[in-house]
Amino acid sequence: MEYNEEDFLSLSGIQHFKFCRRQWALIHIEQQWQENLRTVEGEILHKKAHDNLLKEKRGNLIISRGIAVFSKSLGINGICDVVEFRKDKEGVAIFGREGLYKPAPVEYKRGKPKEDDIDILQLTAQAMCLEEMLNCEIKVGYMFYGEINHRIEVEFTDELKNCVVEICKEMHEIYKRRYTPKVKPSKKCSACSLKNICMPKLCKNLSVKDYIERSLKE
Amino acid sequence: MRKLLNTLYVTSADAYLSLDGENIVVLKNEAEVMRLPLHNLEGVVTFGYVGASPALMGACAKKNISLCFMTQSGNFRGQFVGKVRGNVTLRKTQYFMSEDNNTSALLARNFILGKIFNSKWVIERAIRDYALRLDVAKLKKVSYNLSNSLNLIKGCVDLEQLRGFEGEAASQYFSVFDDLILQQKESFYFAQRNKRPPLDNVNAMLSFVYTLLTNDVASALETVGLDPYVGFLHRDRPGRASLALDLMEELRSVFADRFVLSLINKRIVNASGFVKKENGAVIMDDDTRKTILSKWQERKKEELKHPFLEEKIEWGLVPYAQSMLLARCIRGDLEEYPPFLWK
Repeated sequence: MEYNEEDFLSLSGIQHFKFCRRQWALIHIEQQWQENLRTVEGEILHKKAHDNLLKEKRGNLIISRGIAVFSKSLGINGICDVVEFRKDKEGVAIFGREGLYKPAPVEYKRGKPKEDDIDILQLTAQAMCLEEMLNCEIKVGYMFYGEINHRIEVEFTDELKNCVVEICKEMHEIYKRRYTPKVKPSKKCSACSLKNICMPKLCKNLSVKDYIERSLKE
Repeated sequence: MRKLLNTLYVTSADAYLSLDGENIVVLKNEAEVMRLPLHNLEGVVTFGYVGASPALMGACAKKNISLCFMTQSGNFRGQFVGKVRGNVTLRKTQYFMSEDNNTSALLARNFILGKIFNSKWVIERAIRDYALRLDVAKLKKVSYNLSNSLNLIKGCVDLEQLRGFEGEAASQYFSVFDDLILQQKESFYFAQRNKRPPLDNVNAMLSFVYTLLTNDVASALETVGLDPYVGFLHRDRPGRASLALDLMEELRSVFADRFVLSLINKRIVNASGFVKKENGAVIMDDDTRKTILSKWQERKKEELKHPFLEEKIEWGLVPYAQSMLLARCIRGDLEEYPPFLWK
């Protein structure tokens, strides 16, 4: 199945969705956003990574910043911080360059490697977009973490790719209904920049009827 | 809950507001009289006629700072609102619900429940605090009648009937409002509510404070992405912020009326601050208005525990919390709107 351009969802939403489906819905369906320290720091970091007029070439390596990518089959689009094209006989031809290249996305994050696979999934989705656009296979990409100032190689396994497919499918289903899911509040709520808008308490099925009854009785 | 920032009230009639970098600058005769960083503000209310620079208006819109223009006598003239916030689905649901009598009635019922409940507890608190100075039997009777109204309203989902119950309850409440004035009775008395124009000192204050509250509530609704002009209890009327008025019902007594009463009872305002015009209309002088505004700001900083969310917040955030709850109710997180039931 292929999605129309106007139905594309934001690739960066994958990390919101994986973190919390309600957070994703608040941002992408309800268009709510609130800055906090983390989001501002992230934005500053990305400003540097995203100068898309900057061209860099080091020997057999082309570094391209801020490439817009999309996938019709996943129905998502977004921007890769950095895509590295390395000259390789088994690579693919790319626009405006001689020779064959193997592409690898690099994603910049302000923090340090996380225990879950949220960042990795976002990178995988970028790789899948690039695969579709360049008609090639991408086996590895890199996560760069600001706090350790270091990059980590990520292998795009079938498992990761299937996971991206499933998330995108689910995102589209919820988006179509313009539905904001309730999600069990947890410890991670305190790290969420949308806590004030979300009111996690409301997910606990509070009864207004009881509240009114109780208050009137007193 | 979000942070409560300051509202800047500019009361000088000839002040011009402009932008310099990240600061708001107040100019008088082209000379700078004050400068404040914008990030400390969540609202600017100006009572002048000179206005504000387009650059400042743009900066306010971008930073989601409400910018409100009042006439010198404190009547609402307009508000500068930036990009429409929130999402179209929320507003469409709001419009759809407002077209439906049953849904409107269900929401209206809870606004009114809140209104009557809170006015009852304003009276009950007065009884508790000043039993020796009040005609307790008279007040108790009104409180009892209001309890009865609450019971009737609880089971009612007919808009017209609801409006009837509300009217009755409101006149019950205002019938003892004068009893709650304990000081300066010779110059502050209350017979009935009048507003166009206010004909006594108390009504002049009530009107002014209601305007401040309406402005706060409308801004709060705007921030959460609701349309302040489309109401459920108050029907659409061009130029009227009906939803702001709906949401205000439950806040009038606890927020505005008690505030006015305490200004009088604590002798923070006095008779000399009011001028009666030839036709009986009463207006406040600038100093009184200034005093009220600074006390209003102080009041907004006081903390309370939100009865539904059970979270500690400032009074100034109550309109915001209720707007959020209303938005979340319209989006389907709650089956009913939880009014602010305070005592």
